[in-house]
Amino acid sequence: MFSPEAVALAKECGLVMGRANLEEFAATLEALARADRNVLAVTSDSRGSGKLAPYGKALPEQIVEVGIAEQNLVGVAAGLASCGKKVFAVSPACFLTARSLEQIKNDVAYSDNPVTLVGISAGVSYGALGTTHHSLHDFAVLRAINNLVVVAPADNAETAFAVRAAAALGKPVYLRFGKAAVYSLPGDKDLALGRARLVRPGSDLAFIASGETVAHAHLAAEKLARTHGLQARVLSLHSIKPLDSAAVLAAARECRAVITVEEHLVNGGLGEACAALIAQSGARCRLHIAGIPDEPTVSGSQADIFRHYGLTMEGLHAAALKLLA
Amino acid sequence: MLSDRDLALKSLQYRLQTLELIHSAGAGHTGGGLSCLDILNVLYNRILRVSPETFGDAARDRYVQSKGHAVEALYVVLADRGFFPFSDLETVCHYESDYVGHPTRKIPGIEQNTGALGHGLPICVGMALAARMDRTGSRVFTLLGDGEIAEGSNWEAAMAGAHYKLSNLTAIVDCNTLQISGHTSQVMNSEPLDEKFRAFGWGVRVVDGHDLAALTEALSGPAEADKPTAVIARTIKGRGVSFMENVAKWHHGVPSDAELAQARTEIAAAIAALKGGAL
Repeated sequence: MFSPEAVALAKECGLVMGRANLEEFAATLEALARADRNVLAVTSDSRGSGKLAPYGKALPEQIVEVGIAEQNLVGVAAGLASCGKKVFAVSPACFLTARSLEQIKNDVAYSDNPVTLVGISAGVSYGALGTTHHSLHDFAVLRAINNLVVVAPADNAETAFAVRAAAALGKPVYLRFGKAAVYSLPGDKDLALGRARLVRPGSDLAFIASGETVAHAHLAAEKLARTHGLQARVLSLHSIKPLDSAAVLAAARECRAVITVEEHLVNGGLGEACAALIAQSGARCRLHIAGIPDEPTVSGSQADIFRHYGLTMEGLHAAALKLLA
Repeated sequence: MLSDRDLALKSLQYRLQTLELIHSAGAGHTGGGLSCLDILNVLYNRILRVSPETFGDAARDRYVQSKGHAVEALYVVLADRGFFPFSDLETVCHYESDYVGHPTRKIPGIEQNTGALGHGLPICVGMALAARMDRTGSRVFTLLGDGEIAEGSNWEAAMAGAHYKLSNLTAIVDCNTLQISGHTSQVMNSEPLDEKFRAFGWGVRVVDGHDLAALTEALSGPAEADKPTAVIARTIKGRGVSFMENVAKWHHGVPSDAELAQARTEIAAAIAALKGGAL
């Protein structure tokens, strides 16, 4: 995922590589489930890809398998949740948020059943498997559904927080995880749903990023400091909805430029959410929405796709210089 | 428990109230409401262990109306069972009313928001699994339309219900043979439904969906051990009003003043005959 230059810079900055957020999710869920027999995982032949095989072995009474049937996955999860279960419905994000979208809208969000929908291997995590396996639409479609919290954690700390917060919230939540190992990021340790995490201070420009792109934005910020003496603020918007409007608007008012970064189509995601907020506030700043453009997605690994569309340290560094020029 | 005659009177009373409700609301699903009213009557007056007082109990029985469009019939039965006053129904489909044209949990007695078809059975599989995990003894029921059976999600849930041997789960199919664009057999044939459910591993009962005694028996317990139960209820769309029976346009037709008056006359005659016959 990271170029040799990025890896060297990360080392220089003291960043430590953690495990995949998906693995952190599975470990956190197992800890929760051991402490509360009402915690359940529901899977659609996805316990292996969800890293839940050890969970399933340890807690066979607390995992429900529905087979390859994502609509049923979400409906069954809603029914369980309506009876007091704390349900995590786990399925690849590409299928969960497209095939079962109506179940998410009606059975979970509209009926207010406290299901945590867990989209695994999200974005282009499945890179080379192709467009069928990409979820570049999930922020857009789920943002358009009332009564649903949408969270895309950047690192293991945000992941563990998000899983526990979702279980405690008692409301419909969507969690989005990638499957690559991620750097543990510096910055705020005190996390809250709906509040951006300040990863790095700065006021020349701001990167407003989410999920696995935050580390790339952070490295781009570090590189900008070294190459041009620019101080870039980096915000991790783990909560896509509710969006921390105060943090976004502060970035727009205090920085010369804002770059949003997301592993998602540029339509309807984090960038457009921020753009709407900024435009309606009257704040004026230069804005660039970095994401996957509305075109047939290039083939290749997740790293290839990130590089192709400028979502890596190098691409974001260049985008920042262009925006500030 | 209500006597057979009182139960039959309830069915007639519910029919009239449903028509009056749809007439006053100016909208509603008439034909499918009338086809499932006897099923709702038996469920709420004979089978379900649920009441306004016990609706918050974890061990209550659950009913999810998957064919949510027949909500007016459900509203009438719930009002009669004391979940809310009949006067609430004056606001059905009105601005800012909680009583919208499909079931929502804002209404006392309603378990889940439904209306999009093919959602009730998966939810009920989850409820039945939860009841078994918690050993509550709850039974879980859903009501599907025969047109609705074309939704593939039903068959995902049917597979799961049999896989998990959910003998506490019952799916009732209101087979009134008509859907919005015509005969179900022509729009998308779902028959033979009994064989389909059997092939999916369910116990199956086929009943006359207007025979209250037969419905009571069919819904009283699982058809077979270790299997969920499908009750295929053969019904008549628009049942109980001569000019509405088996006419597809009454799917969501709203009776005019004159049509309501005629329906009222027919139902009043049926009530008089029932009362007279018992004297």
